[in-house]
Amino acid sequence: MPDKSINIKGHVCPYTFVKSKIAIENMEVGQVLEILLDYEEASRSIPKSMEDLGHKILKLQKINEKDWIIQVRKEKE
Amino acid sequence: MEFTEEQLQRYSRHIILPEVGGKGQKKLLNAKVFLVGAGGLGCPVGYYLAAAGVGRIGIIDNDTVEVSNLQRQIAHSTKTLGRPKAESAKETFETLNPDVTVVGMKERITKDNILALIQEYDVVVDGSDNFPTRYLVNDACVIAKKPLVSGAILKFEGQVTTIIPGEGHCYRCLFEEMPPPGLVPSCQEAGVIGAIPGVVGSLQAIEVFKLILGKGEPLKNALLIYDALKTTFRRVKVPRNPDCPVCGDIPSITELKDYDAGYCRL
Repeated sequence: MPDKSINIKGHVCPYTFVKSKIAIENMEVGQVLEILLDYEEASRSIPKSMEDLGHKILKLQKINEKDWIIQVRKEKE
Repeated sequence: MEFTEEQLQRYSRHIILPEVGGKGQKKLLNAKVFLVGAGGLGCPVGYYLAAAGVGRIGIIDNDTVEVSNLQRQIAHSTKTLGRPKAESAKETFETLNPDVTVVGMKERITKDNILALIQEYDVVVDGSDNFPTRYLVNDACVIAKKPLVSGAILKFEGQVTTIIPGEGHCYRCLFEEMPPPGLVPSCQEAGVIGAIPGVVGSLQAIEVFKLILGKGEPLKNALLIYDALKTTFRRVKVPRNPDCPVCGDIPSITELKDYDAGYCRL
């Protein structure tokens, strides 16, 4: 179970990442953030950017025709 | 404090930077920066600080806007001719970003008011156009232990240095005493090409951001010299002088004195 979930459907880059980054900044190391999104490009760029920040992608899944779910574990401050 | 949707958009290019993020942006929003001068340098420095959301900007300048300023002093305009520069700049910066509070002061900075004026601010920026003020600001910042980002421009040349009292050099380590009046040409006599203050002021604004964010290497123990005609940047090492009269081991300047003797003011 994720510790926090955000729904960023309807947002496009860079706000998809802005929202995801703010959310994970406010969490504790070890906690898991779940992101629900419908912007295809962000399904690739958010995992990459999160990994660049040192976090761990636990899940990247297309759940229906339009939507993706990403789970990220915060690995560092 | 939570960001509003508008703030997330306004600061999005900061927030996505690893060196800034939401936490760094909050530091900027909570920061207080004091600008000496609302002229060539104060205008671009204040403009970028305001755009970046630096929460409180103090700006002191005793002059009013003249048409000869407008070739380089980009916070003022034909519409604000004749009005105090501090007021004209405040209006421009607060219009750019309503998150920012600008405290504009139309008065001269002196040995009697400077320490009280800079007390509540985190960083001081010198954009003054004369040596008495430059030395006054340096000495006050050393005495008050305030980080100071100093800039200077003339003709096609600009200089920047960052002074962190206790951690490096100060302006007097570089030039111990003021040059005698008349030896150094003023802007009035020598001219200045329009965009030079933009280059130098932008460098100063970046130095301020780095100090607030605690990221990167401040320009301490060094003087950066920009030569626009050659298009070169030179970085000259400036070690702290242990015999410096204000920041040395046994300082002779421990309180502010009269800096104006013999100087005429522009």
